[in-house]
Amino acid sequence: MRRLSLPLAVLGVLALVTVSLFVGGYDIDLRSLFTDPDDRRMFLISRVPRTLALMLAAAAMAVSGVIMQMLVQNRFVEPTTTGTSEWAALGVLLLTLLAPAASPLVKMGAAGAFAFVGALVFLFVLGRIALRSQVIVPIVGIMLGALVSAVTLYIASTTNLLQTLATWRSGGFSSVVRGTYEPLWVVGAIVVGLYVAADRFTIAGLGRDTAVSLGLPYRRILFIGLTMVALATGVTTVVVGFIPFLGLIVPNLVSMARGDDVRTNLPWVVLSSIALMIACDLVGRVVVFPMEIPATVVLGAVGALVFVTMILRQRGKVHV
Amino acid sequence: MIEFTDIRKSYGQDTVLGPVSGQIPAGGVTSLVGPNGAGKSTLLTIIGRLTEPTSGRVTVDGLDVHRAKSQEVARTLSVLRQENHFTARVTVRELVAFGRFPHSRGRLTPACVAKIDEALEFLHLGDLQHRHLDQLSGGQRQRAYVAMVVAQDTQYVLLDEPLNNLDMKHSVRMMGQLRRAADELGKTVVLIVHDINFAATYSDRIVALREGQIAASGTVDAMMRAEVLTEVFDTPVQIHEVDGNRTAVYFR
Repeated sequence: MRRLSLPLAVLGVLALVTVSLFVGGYDIDLRSLFTDPDDRRMFLISRVPRTLALMLAAAAMAVSGVIMQMLVQNRFVEPTTTGTSEWAALGVLLLTLLAPAASPLVKMGAAGAFAFVGALVFLFVLGRIALRSQVIVPIVGIMLGALVSAVTLYIASTTNLLQTLATWRSGGFSSVVRGTYEPLWVVGAIVVGLYVAADRFTIAGLGRDTAVSLGLPYRRILFIGLTMVALATGVTTVVVGFIPFLGLIVPNLVSMARGDDVRTNLPWVVLSSIALMIACDLVGRVVVFPMEIPATVVLGAVGALVFVTMILRQRGKVHV
Repeated sequence: MIEFTDIRKSYGQDTVLGPVSGQIPAGGVTSLVGPNGAGKSTLLTIIGRLTEPTSGRVTVDGLDVHRAKSQEVARTLSVLRQENHFTARVTVRELVAFGRFPHSRGRLTPACVAKIDEALEFLHLGDLQHRHLDQLSGGQRQRAYVAMVVAQDTQYVLLDEPLNNLDMKHSVRMMGQLRRAADELGKTVVLIVHDINFAATYSDRIVALREGQIAASGTVDAMMRAEVLTEVFDTPVQIHEVDGNRTAVYFR
């Protein structure tokens, strides 16, 4: 049964992907896909990119969560609870202001660079706080994020970009079409990179002292890890906006079930995050059909609930 | 041999250690003792390259631990600190297997697997090997970390208060296992111990620190004297012979 569980999970995700491909305002079924050229075009321009974007963005956030949780040694950190996503958004806004004609790739570069700075700021602030309980850390991160968000909002409101900001932040996956999502493929490279370096991240999760004692170049691991997180967060923020809590709940649920070995967990983390993301997207598309609720909103509701449950569970344990 | 020369550690204006110089010969068990704030941990972690000294140099078998490649140092010296606040959910076996990382870079050879089995056996962890660290008691977890260090199979093993959180029974066992590591596996064990009598019973040498300086050092016989210990700990200490062992009494 254990040996079969991973293939079964793959099948489950494939089923969800198939459903996601055939649900939408425009009626497409398997037969019309082959007979009707219009349907086929619609399928390739809208449905396939949307589903791919869902999968890649989900993987991006989950993998970012895993990396951050190992590096910070805290179960509650991920890009949206450390201010990293908010920094990426600030980067995009500033670039929109200063160079409105910049290509999407440049925008992503800016978002990634800001996300990286944001992650460093978070680590710096964390280093100055004496009381580092498991629960305090994400609260510090969320406060930092709120601060950065406020700055972003202020700049947007004084430059008449509020509306742009709003549409883009809640944009979600409904506006994803061919030509907008492709940069997300960089996430694939990040997942492969994490798989290759998985042991190093697991060891980093044992703490700096243990890592150094085992001869690991700890600073380099930290740098590489933050770069991966910044890149994934930057790209995701530009293409689909914020995806709250995904990077938090999925790695934690997997860790509860299987432990913290990054290498053997990685397939599970990626598959479950894709499944959850697609499920939330489907719910959002079906409940108010033919309108839709952004998947990120559905995810936010589900995620917040799981987050609070986890914090309460943690409080029950001794070592908070 | 561990050699440290003019080691000093300061935070701003405050010098917490040194300058101190000294040597710890290869083989046997050496205990670092001293009152709180004497600089024991600082010295140990500087030797183990977890702390960067403000000035000075540490060599272990001629290898400059702060300059040499970290991976190379990790094959000669391992260092274990007091327990972490965050417990990663890895199994005992996975943890011990990470001890092989400096040798294998993550690809375990049959020789590595043998070392891992040996280390688990050495610390009697066979039955617990598939348990997650967060399902263990503090003492069991401590043993798992020591097993990781044993699997790392370095000539020099540094331990910062390995008896922390251990009850009487497990403290005795832990010291016995460290003594065996020195006698049977030929390791050089350097550790910080709070209880001077544990240090006396299981060590070959004792190094006493006080106010950031080495106050005294030598064989157990030379160190277990009332005047030496009274001076080091700034507390009246008497020495009594119990079953042929010099035992310090300092409770009143």
